[in-house]
Amino acid sequence: MTATDAARTVIRPYGDTTGDGRIQVSFTLPLPSGTEEERALAEGAAAQLAGKMGLEPAMVVHAKAMGPDYTFFIVYGTVRHLVDLADVKVARREFPLMSAAEVNRRIRSALGRELVVVGATVGVDAHTVGIDAILNVKGHAGEKGLESYAEIRVVNLGAQVAVGDLVARAVAEGADAVLVSQVVTQRDAHILAARQIAEVFSEESGLARRPLIVVGGPRFDPAMAGELGVDRVFGRGTTPREVASYLVHTLAPEPEGNAA
Amino acid sequence: MPGSETKGGPVMPALTLDPEVVRQARELAAIAGQPIVEMARTHTTVSVERAVLRLGGLDGADPEDGMPWVNHLVDAVSDGCGLEHGVALPAWHALISGGYPSLAALASDAAAGKVKFQLPEGMDANAARMAATADPPKPWIYLIVATGDIYEDIPQAQAAAREGADIIAVIRSTGQSLLDYVPEGATREGYAGTYATRENFRLMRAALDDVSRELGRYVRLTNYASGLCMPEIATLAGLERLDMMLNDCMYGIIFRDINPRRTFIDQRFSRQIHARAGIIINTGEDNYLTTADAVDAAHTVVVSQLLNEYFGREAGLATGQLGLGHAFEINPDVPDSFLLEIAHAQLVRQLFPGAPLKYMPPTKHMTGNVFSGYLLDAFFNLCGALTDQSILLIGMMTEGIHTPFLSDRDLALENVRYVLRAAGRLGENFRPPPGGFVERRAQQVLAESVDLLRRITAEGLLHAIADGTFGVTRRPADGGRGLDGVLKRAEGYFNPASEFLEGREQFLEAGQS
Repeated sequence: MTATDAARTVIRPYGDTTGDGRIQVSFTLPLPSGTEEERALAEGAAAQLAGKMGLEPAMVVHAKAMGPDYTFFIVYGTVRHLVDLADVKVARREFPLMSAAEVNRRIRSALGRELVVVGATVGVDAHTVGIDAILNVKGHAGEKGLESYAEIRVVNLGAQVAVGDLVARAVAEGADAVLVSQVVTQRDAHILAARQIAEVFSEESGLARRPLIVVGGPRFDPAMAGELGVDRVFGRGTTPREVASYLVHTLAPEPEGNAA
Repeated sequence: MPGSETKGGPVMPALTLDPEVVRQARELAAIAGQPIVEMARTHTTVSVERAVLRLGGLDGADPEDGMPWVNHLVDAVSDGCGLEHGVALPAWHALISGGYPSLAALASDAAAGKVKFQLPEGMDANAARMAATADPPKPWIYLIVATGDIYEDIPQAQAAAREGADIIAVIRSTGQSLLDYVPEGATREGYAGTYATRENFRLMRAALDDVSRELGRYVRLTNYASGLCMPEIATLAGLERLDMMLNDCMYGIIFRDINPRRTFIDQRFSRQIHARAGIIINTGEDNYLTTADAVDAAHTVVVSQLLNEYFGREAGLATGQLGLGHAFEINPDVPDSFLLEIAHAQLVRQLFPGAPLKYMPPTKHMTGNVFSGYLLDAFFNLCGALTDQSILLIGMMTEGIHTPFLSDRDLALENVRYVLRAAGRLGENFRPPPGGFVERRAQQVLAESVDLLRRITAEGLLHAIADGTFGVTRRPADGGRGLDGVLKRAEGYFNPASEFLEGREQFLEAGQS
């Protein structure tokens, strides 16, 4: 399929026949279903909600009382909505995926020194799972972390690092890139933390060059980079190799006239 | 100056006594006492039985004649079917079968001669026994609440208890472990959890007392004594009657980068407090497997459990207070992953037979596919049932996506209830073949644990932690937060709580006999 074909394609969900539009949803309503009347009312309410969600016809296949005040539903139905692929917006990966060996080679040839990465989880967030998955030798999803790259020096500051400390350390280490992972999302903690880091770095006057600011976490939308004032946002399922490839693509671009 | 000898140095006894004669005196007293103890063991009295009813919550007196209700009830049971089987079985059987809301209501009717008491048998006896002890059978179902607001946590915890939870854990605000003070008062602002404060402890315990009475089943409360304030939080938990506390010897070091020395010193005192308060500790070995591979690092879990056991006992905890932790975290794509999980879980069960082991559900391999996650949680529950784990933390199929919906929790309880109903007695009917894969794997993990312990004893535990032995993270003894709060005790250091908790008198006595 060419790009122009894809742009013209309109699709619907697939159950067992092309274009049938069949989907499944589950939800809870704050309604009791202890008696027969209550149950009938609750199921009717579930069907009405499904209809308003665009499921027509909808079938309530499961309804279960959860305590005296709530009922859980599983609903199958047909959606009438169409998805126009021309209107789908995705943050396309703007860099080629490289192997660890290629990354190391590129840093040597284009940078001529080790690439320094300072990583942390900042503010109230104590979850180091994300930053460790990217930085620790152990890595993630079968890929070793950035610590294992011969040409990358990693300083992993761990959890709950104050933004000021992170910036100071990044300056002291001469960081090329600062990696920040945020898992906690209550009250938009992850958004606020990312903005704060970007602001502090832009106010830091003693910097010859500002390090690349990369944030990541399961609840980040990669399209938010500009809004947050950071260079790149990585979402759920990012692997160490993707991060390494992005870093060299941006910080150690291929020397001109030297097609490898 | 005899006074200067009382601290530290040896005390010269005032009299010379033949230790052999002292020993003989004790021995003769024991010989004289033994038949009496035998009689006390084989008999009861009306006052013993009345005390049982008082412990069960029966209080107050009949306004008609001023006679305490416990006397009325014991007398009525005695007249009805005799007291030789104890007052509990007939009384609680009558309570359940008569639908009485309380022992007081039963006692009132009994005083009026309206109750026929009998000794229950079979299923009825079991039901009466369960009702009288009000302690749920194991495994205990452990559920988490974490809204950040104690006043939101309370109705959620009560709902979870009504849905079947035996233990409620209030997760702490994620920033708290690094605070060098314990916040005050009831709190409504926390990140991914609620601050541990004395007032929050009190509010939640009171709410669970209410729901325990409603359900006729004691619901336990857990919180966290990790971080920079372990001893203080342990103290507040003891004062407010919490039942269990997360308390790990190395968790703060490895996962929160708290200074190792600070952690070990804080930990010892906090465990002495827990021992005194009767609190079950929960250790955090499950966390190692969230950073390290669950197969490669299986032996580090066992080593940490053995260290936690040693440190716990040394601080005075009984075996029944050692809720050692472990987890179901092997990658489900690994061939025989379930057999490996069984081997690990059974090994831990057998190494610590009397300990209330806490078994943690999968988190690392919960991918967002809630359907396969639900299946993985069912296998976790099955492994927990098969290997007789004491505390099952209930896995959520939406782990890693959001704080659980009401429906997530309900489905999770449906999952564990089905597994325990269908396969709760699997352990007594299934044994891995001797010399088979499961047994060999358990033996291998044990052997690797011994090797690692040899290495640790050779280089010292603080060095091993600095080398990244646990959880892949390197933590030097002089790094991390809180080292500036560590002080060497001076000559004449005085801590009245320590002296009491160390059980000095008993130690001295034991040394003399």
